[in-house]
Parts: sequence; C-alpha cells; structure tokens
Amino acid sequence: MSKIKNAFAGGKAFIAFITCGDPDLITTAAAVRAAAQNGADLIELGIPFSDPTAEGPVIQGANLRALKGGVTTDRKLAFVRELRQDVTIPLVFMTYANVVFSYGAERFIAACAACGIDGLILADLPFEEKNDFLPLCHEYGVDLISMIAPTSADRIATIAKEAEGFLYIVSSLGVTGVRSEITTDLAAIVNVVRANTAIPCAIGFGIATSEQAKQMANYADGVIVGSAIIKILEQYGAAAPEHIGAYVKSMKDAIR
Amino acid sequence: MTNPNGRFGQHGGQYISETLMNAVIELEQAYNHYKNDPEFNRELTYLFNEYAGRPSRLYFAEKMARDLGGAKIYLKREDLNHTGAHKINNVLGQALLAKKMGKTRLIAETGAGQHGVAAATAAALLDMECVVFMGEEDTIRQALNVYRMRLLGAEVIPVTTGTATLKDAVSAAMREWTSRIVDTHYCLGSVMGPHPFPTIVRDFQAVISREIKEQLREKEGRLPDAVIACVGGGSNAIGSFYHFIDDPSVRLIGCEAAGRGIDTFETAATINTGRLGIFHGMKSYFCQDKYGQIAPVYSISAGLDYPGIGPEHAYLHDIGRAEYVPVTDAEAVEAFEYLARTEGIIPAIESAHAVAHAMRLAPQLAKDQIVVITISGRGDKDCAAIARYRGEDIHE
Repeated sequence: MSKIKNAFAGGKAFIAFITCGDPDLITTAAAVRAAAQNGADLIELGIPFSDPTAEGPVIQGANLRALKGGVTTDRKLAFVRELRQDVTIPLVFMTYANVVFSYGAERFIAACAACGIDGLILADLPFEEKNDFLPLCHEYGVDLISMIAPTSADRIATIAKEAEGFLYIVSSLGVTGVRSEITTDLAAIVNVVRANTAIPCAIGFGIATSEQAKQMANYADGVIVGSAIIKILEQYGAAAPEHIGAYVKSMKDAIR
Repeated sequence: MTNPNGRFGQHGGQYISETLMNAVIELEQAYNHYKNDPEFNRELTYLFNEYAGRPSRLYFAEKMARDLGGAKIYLKREDLNHTGAHKINNVLGQALLAKKMGKTRLIAETGAGQHGVAAATAAALLDMECVVFMGEEDTIRQALNVYRMRLLGAEVIPVTTGTATLKDAVSAAMREWTSRIVDTHYCLGSVMGPHPFPTIVRDFQAVISREIKEQLREKEGRLPDAVIACVGGGSNAIGSFYHFIDDPSVRLIGCEAAGRGIDTFETAATINTGRLGIFHGMKSYFCQDKYGQIAPVYSISAGLDYPGIGPEHAYLHDIGRAEYVPVTDAEAVEAFEYLARTEGIIPAIESAHAVAHAMRLAPQLAKDQIVVITISGRGDKDCAAIARYRGEDIHE
C-alpha cells in the first residue's frame, strides 16, 4: 500500500490533473506547488501522448502544447525528482499505455518509484490487459489505478476487488471535458464499489464548478478535476499558477 | 487463429478505455452467436451476391503477364464490387450484425473515403443513421468521396486534430463511440483496433481468398505461387491471405506504402520502419518515436496512410508466414499508369502498390508460376491526385 491513502486521510480529497510541460515545465512546477499549497490532496501529472483517444479537446490541446515544447519522458522523470524536494502529497502519472510500453515498462516503473511517483493511471489499459504492467508495479511499489465507467455494470465488482491506490470513477460517457450536467447513477456505482473494496474512490470527468464538486463528494471519497484546470493554463499561460491556486482553494473548500 | 482473448501471438488485445469494454464484449458475444446463425449467413450471402455483385472476378491479365515476361498474373477484381472496393464486404457484415444487435446508428472512420462510402451505402440500405469521420487533409484529397457519402445520406465530419489524416479519424470515431454507445455501432474499416474487430473484419473479408482459391482451382487446377495485396491496416490483404495461410507453398506478400522511401520520415511502412507498441486498442507494430509518440506518417495513398498494421499481419510477419515489402509513391504511380495502359484497368492508388510489387516479382518467376494480385479498389477517386502528382491540374 502506497502513500496514496494519505490523500484521503483528512476527509474528502481534491485531486488535480495537470499536463506536464503545458506550456512548459517551469509553469507546471509552479502550478503543482500552487495546487498543493491550496489544498490539493493528490496530483495527477499527465504525460502527453500524441493521440490521446480518451481526451476531449481541452486536454488534447494541453497534450499538443506540451509535445510542441519538446517535453520527453526522461525530462518529466527528472522534473518529478525536482518537485519531490518540497512537494509531499501523493503524485501519480496519468498517460497512455504506449508511453510506458515504449520506454520499457520495467525501466519506466522503476524510474517512477525512484523519483517519488506513487501510482500510475493508463487511460487505455482496462482490467483485461493490466497484467502487462501490474507485476512490475507490485515489484517497485507503484499503485496501478483502475477505472470504472458508467457502462461498467457487472464489471464493477470484478474491478473493485483487485483495485489498488484509489478507484477512478468516470462520471459520464464520453471523453474528458467540462459538462454542465452529470446524470449517471453514481450512488449505485459507489454502492457496488463499497461492497467490494475498502480502498477510496474518486469521481472524475466533467467536474468544473464547486457545486458539482460538492455534489460528487457526497457520493465518493474525492473528486478529480482536469479540464477546468487546463483551461486556466490555456487562458493565463505562465501566469496561471496563481489562478490555479485560487481555484483549487475554492474547490477544496466546497468539499470539506 | 485467434486466441480467446483476441491475441495473435504477442499482438492484438483490447487496449481501450473502460467505458468501451462492455461494448466490445457485447459485440464479441453477438458476433459469436450470429457467425454460426444460418439466417444471418443467408442474409449476408444474399447481400454479397445480389447487392455487392460477388463473387468478384479473377481475371487473367494476359497482356501484363506477356509484357513482364514471367509468371502468369491473375487480378482479383475487388474493384468491381458495388461502391468500388473490397470495403463493402466488411461493411455489409458489420452493418447487418449491428442491426441484429438493435443498433440504429453507424459511425466510421475513413482514409481514402472508400470505407466511408461503403458504410454510408450500407446505412442507406439498412435504414441506419451514419456519421463518418475523415481527416480534413483527406477530405481535400478525396473530395469526390465526401460528396458520395453525403449523397448517400451520411454526415461527414472533417477531423482537424493531429495530422488530420486516417489515424486522427480513428481517434475521433473512438471518442464519439465512447460518448454514445447504446444505439451506435462503430463500424471499423480495417483489421485493427481492439478485439474482436481484427477477427470480425478478417472473417468478412476472407471471402476474397475463399473465392480466389475456388476460381483458381477451376481455371488452373492448382494453388497460386504468390498472393500480393496492399497493406495499410491490412483488411484486403488479410482477406486475400486468409484461406492460404495453411498452404505453405503460397507466398503471401503485403505491400506497405513507403511514401517517399523507408529511409525518409515521409513513409507509412509500418513493418519496415515501426516497432512494437500499443495504440488504437491493439498491440502491434507502429511508426513511433523513441518515446512512443505516434509518428505523422505519409503516403500518396490516403487509404494506406496509417501508422500501424493489423495484429494478425504483425503475427504473420513474426512467424515468417507473410512478407511485407515497401513500395514508394513513385513506384505506385507508375504501376497505376501501367495497369491502365496495359490492361485497361485503373486501380486504386492503394492497390497500385500491390501491382508495383508484382511488376518486380513476376519477371523473376517461371512461366508456369502463378501470381494473384488483389485489386482492392478502383482508381477513379485517385485520378485528380495522380494528375496533380504528374504536374497536371484537372478539375473533378
């Protein structure tokens, strides 16, 4: 069991998603620190992928900007090592299977452990394929985070039983991105999750406002926000960290 | 040939978001049921024969064989199918399956536009809604096919993300499927993507090799010495190879689009320049950089302009059962023109890649040897682009 449980120790967790290198690593470092100082309990660091098939336009844009800036996997690992000098909250990488596979799964996961990454989320790695990476994650002590979707139905129990770190519950159909309304019966999903695992669960996809965060926190142990933060980066660029800090604070306050 | 979890050796699998998992499981269950259902097969055979015009001809290209001075050459005329390409085989199968599953809407990606046209056609015939995703770059290269799809009642959505070509159209269709699953079937156009697509598409295209085998037995009383087909994702090639895989005397040759050459970055030759990776739902070979970012591939042919190859081809390559050779733009264009002049047949620029390799191979073979080239589609759609390539600007 990794440090990830610490993120949920002090009540409802606020989880922020930030793409590494959007628009550059200096801004990312400042954004991560601003989020952490303003109440983020865990941060998902996105490693950009050229063809992010699970992302909506906002995070696709972040991936593109980061790749244009030439941020490679090696530089991101060094970047986390640098962050770890003062950032103590759990950090997980979120990316696509090919980024890890192509780097060499063992080389990548060993490097994650060495630089202080606590978990790994791979958007295109369902339960059936997790054995490509799971034994290595166990060997190096990195949690492989599982996802549950509105369509998971009878898969929920199976996935939950073997889940580790935290469970990422996808709020709605479709790709990542801000939504005005979330209509999935999340209470029912969380009930099945609770009956099958003791690990915490957090809801993500489409959450942008403090009202939505509050509502989602009623069901789960935490909320995950990505696109709304990326939009701030898109809007303010290098000046975004300050705005991200204020935003994270308002969201965290809403779910306390 | 497929393992239960959709593996072909180390390739294949289901690398997709959790949201889509139950959709592919449902599809697999439905397919396993209907593929053995006599009524489904009767309906599909009816559509193949009465609507698509099967069986397609196996034509003895006597002039070409004489001119090249080597093996006997037969052309498997998938270009004569309704809608002008092999794509209709797969689409009729999938659309019928989707209809049985209660789906009312088809979505599809398309590169050259042939799969999109076929999907729009099947949707019109079976009273289904149809949305086709097409890279913006390809909507320009293949404007005529965009018009055909619209004429058939489909909505065509130009995809502007990434390189605005086939891979981005696939990504866009996958994203759309994630947001609308209940009434929608993703009619994937090639032997790629997550299991069960590579198996389903192969089975519907396998009619090509089944017919070649029967037709050649009738005409020559024996097996061919080589079967040659072009490979992007690889659906016409796997269809042409499938019933010969267990006949080791038959050489199976896939022709990849080398673009401006496999020693340049402007290529789409996956087996020759790619390496093992995970993308678009499958483990297979992909053109990618050292960090696993998918490469922006290039070919004159919009239908072969894809950075990956179907998992069964990757496996046939691994075990040495099939050969995959690169063919450049220049060679393909020459073959395009050659077949037009020699046999009066204008092949799709995709198929011209296979013709180009046959032109290299046939002269090295004996006169009693037999080469079959699959002409996967007709070339009308390419005339304007080839004219441009030759420096002539014509209005379509």
